Amino acid sequence: MRRWRQLLKLLPVHLVVIALAAIWLTPSLGLLVSSFRPRQDLLASGWWTTLVNPSYWPRFTLDNYRDVLFRQGMGRAFLNSFIITVPTTLITLSIAALAAYALAWMNFRGRQLLLMTVIGLIVIPLQMTLIPVLRMFNALKISGTFPGVWLAHTGYGLPLMIYLLRNFFGALPRELFESAFIDGASPFTAFLRLTLPLSVPVLASAAIFQFLWVWNDLLVSLVYLGGFARVAPLTVQLSNLVGSRGQDWHLLTAAAFVSMIVPMIVFFSLQRYFVRGILAGALKG
Amino acid sequence: MVKRLAVGLLLVGLVAGLAQGAVTIMVLWSGAELEAFQKVTAAFQAKTGIAVRVESVGRELPGILATRVAAGNPPDLAAMPNPGQMAEFVARGALIPVGGIVDLTQFPKAFVDLATVDGKVYGIFISADLKSLVWYNPDALYAEGLAPAHTWNELIYITQKLAARGKTPWAVGLESGAASGWPGTDWIEDIMLRTAGPELYDQWVNHEIPWTHPAVKRAFELFGAIVRNEAYVYGGTTGALSINFGDSPAVLWDKPPGAYLHRQATFIKSFIAGAHPELDLDRDVAFFVFPPIDPKWGTPLLGAGDLISAFRDTAEVRSFLQYLASPEAQGIWCGALGKLATNVNVDPGIYPDKLTAEAAEILKGAEIFRFDASDLMPAAVGAGAFWKGVLDYVSGVPLDRVLADIEAAARAAYGP
Amino acid sequence: MNMGRVHWLYLAPALLMLGLFLIYPTAETVRLSFYGPRSDVFVGFQNYVQAFTSQPMLIAFRNNLLWLVVFTLFTVGMGLLLAVLLDRVRYETVIKSVIFLPMAISYVAAGVIWRFMYTFRPAVAPQIGLLNAIVVAVGGNPIGWLIERPWVNNLALIAVGVWVWTGFCMVILSAAYKGIPREMLEAARIDGANEWQLFLHVTIPFLKSTLAVVTTTMIVFVLKVFDIVYVMTNGAYDTDVIANRMYNEMFYFHNYGLASAIAVILFLAIIPFLVINVRRFRAQEAVR
Repeated sequence: MRRWRQLLKLLPVHLVVIALAAIWLTPSLGLLVSSFRPRQDLLASGWWTTLVNPSYWPRFTLDNYRDVLFRQGMGRAFLNSFIITVPTTLITLSIAALAAYALAWMNFRGRQLLLMTVIGLIVIPLQMTLIPVLRMFNALKISGTFPGVWLAHTGYGLPLMIYLLRNFFGALPRELFESAFIDGASPFTAFLRLTLPLSVPVLASAAIFQFLWVWNDLLVSLVYLGGFARVAPLTVQLSNLVGSRGQDWHLLTAAAFVSMIVPMIVFFSLQRYFVRGILAGALKG
Repeated sequence: MVKRLAVGLLLVGLVAGLAQGAVTIMVLWSGAELEAFQKVTAAFQAKTGIAVRVESVGRELPGILATRVAAGNPPDLAAMPNPGQMAEFVARGALIPVGGIVDLTQFPKAFVDLATVDGKVYGIFISADLKSLVWYNPDALYAEGLAPAHTWNELIYITQKLAARGKTPWAVGLESGAASGWPGTDWIEDIMLRTAGPELYDQWVNHEIPWTHPAVKRAFELFGAIVRNEAYVYGGTTGALSINFGDSPAVLWDKPPGAYLHRQATFIKSFIAGAHPELDLDRDVAFFVFPPIDPKWGTPLLGAGDLISAFRDTAEVRSFLQYLASPEAQGIWCGALGKLATNVNVDPGIYPDKLTAEAAEILKGAEIFRFDASDLMPAAVGAGAFWKGVLDYVSGVPLDRVLADIEAAARAAYGP
Repeated sequence: MNMGRVHWLYLAPALLMLGLFLIYPTAETVRLSFYGPRSDVFVGFQNYVQAFTSQPMLIAFRNNLLWLVVFTLFTVGMGLLLAVLLDRVRYETVIKSVIFLPMAISYVAAGVIWRFMYTFRPAVAPQIGLLNAIVVAVGGNPIGWLIERPWVNNLALIAVGVWVWTGFCMVILSAAYKGIPREMLEAARIDGANEWQLFLHVTIPFLKSTLAVVTTTMIVFVLKVFDIVYVMTNGAYDTDVIANRMYNEMFYFHNYGLASAIAVILFLAIIPFLVINVRRFRAQEAVR
């Protein structure tokens, strides 16, 4: 009886959540279904009609995926994407966490101004920085190299990451730090042993987003690395599938899912860090 | 000081790059086009031992190339987005003249002239597309008791006849993602050539006549007479604006046909084949030349082409340019893709199908040939205001306002 | 904490990177904004005058304003709603992944996806776009979702933005929501507060600072929103936005002066939101 009442109480919640999820899923579902259809069918009938029409099902095919996956250089492109994305994410988060910690818990002149500058920099369109930065890279002879791209992505990702982390660090309770310092902890110990462990959920979210943006980037790679097959990440390879007039856009359906696999794995594996209790438990003590 | 140091390091970098005995080329081709181009570079390497590193940056080429040039880091050679952009790079002093490197007598004068800035030639066309074509499904058109048009009046007659029977005469698709509108500019250019003649056309390209000129207005109006007529176009004006240019001709081969005529360049053939793999291209697909309007100007042809320019003058670059211009390279390139060769010595036997060979024959016999005007104008007009203007006009904005808007953009772009 | 100059050790790497990749190029951008298209002729404020007076720019300003209101409201609102509601259901992970999914899609792919939603076909033909299929099924005429100005097409583009970015707001807000001590919520429930009061008097105050961060982030993103508009309409039919103008002026029209001026305007537009943020940070520090 009580369980029923509980269920009834939550019914509107279930309905809203499931409805929203359905709306959100529909476009991607359309893409998924389409990725299994032959090119000529995409223009002939709506993707949703194929689901309810069993006589259509034999026409579903893996050809699009075959064309995308077994293309020359695809393995190399996956590898390049990792070579670009993983170090970038680690470097960005480390630098951002250090800076955010100082901005949240250290007193010094010009702190607010610095913070303002950091937030202001989020709005800089990175397209405007390409020419000056590329000139600098040429001078340093790191254009066309992976370290160059790591640095560039880190620079572009930092402002938002510092901002997100600074906000979270700043919300940690003061007593925590005070008791730590009374116990004789150094600022760096407090950062390493206190701030970082307490901030796992936000660090995990920040890592996911930085990973995603770098993984999906096309422009920065093209400008600083170039379009050579040897260094091209997945996005460059996939955009090359389409043809200069977009004649093979149907391949994008399969390509989109191929490029989404890794970010989704990252998201799922970091999901467990979002669970409740990390901060709540700490606050109790 | 820093600048000097930077320049010094840059020079060291350049010299290091040159020593490799290789050339780099930036292209926008991808998919089948990139594969075909790699066949060309492989043949070149087999012949000369010079390696070609192909950098494919896709449709973002204009932006990437401009950035790399401005930052002092251009490739050895690059496919130019169009002659207008080539002229921009010449104005920045980035390109080397190719006149002394390549034997230009192998090309029709029209193509050499298009790559000429201030008397010097800065690029070579390795292939061309013919734009003045109206595609049709022979079975469907003849079933209606109609035949290809040889004059504008015949074309209008076919259009009206079909509409009167409750059929839709034209399939038009102006959507092309970020480049939406360009198929409409091709229509207007073709009409402009046929109603105002090549000289006024050139003046229009150079902004020596304003966009509000009666001749420009007339070209828009003739285009609008077909495309703005809800009964003449598949899906009406909303259809013309919404349907992707590559998807649009497919309905000609639907059963029953959704439309009967489609004006587009030679490259549309691959889209038709993609949407209807069952078709026999030599039998089921046909085109006629966009018919003359004012008899005074005959049947001029509109086209576009693939232009290659060089940023550095080295022995390897020279040798590669010479090879790209040769009938051998063009045979590989055009044979694989069904593009039209520009070298007059190319054997017509290279073409993969009857349609392409026919188009190549038509292009060769051109009395008046003009390049796609929007590719020659400054990008702010040719790849900006003109595209937008076409879309605005078809979507119902009054023509005078459309032309005034383009004129305003043109004044800013061409300078005083 | 006050510990001499040690803070510079923490800040140095970030400052170096920001300096090289953002501050120095920004200074260069400000300089170029006073020069002509090829950065060789000094033109004073001419680029700014053009940016504030030309018809296409005025339309872009209007659209950015529309984005600012609608996009921010929906992304933050839905993100908050989901963060709160999902906490109550067991299948939270699954739904979260679904909402997050669009964030993992590159913008080129997003353009293709929405093609399957917005595509127009005449009423006589089979519909291949889902929205028009629904419209036709209920007896309407197919709609040119990206053509009809000024509301339908702009809102259609904003909808794509909301679809992509709600996942971001949800993830951040949910992480913060999980930080609300359970005892606080339980105590309020025992005191007889209903869910709505709980939301207003416990959740919102607790999430205030995160909400401000998420809202600020969305506003900043709206100011530089570009890729969705670029792939779907490139600003045709009065759908242009400021950052797309900048991209076109710079990458396609080679007008570095005007592009730089537009970038500077974007930067200036963020200042009011900066001030609000700094006030908030001060307040946060005063109470903790």
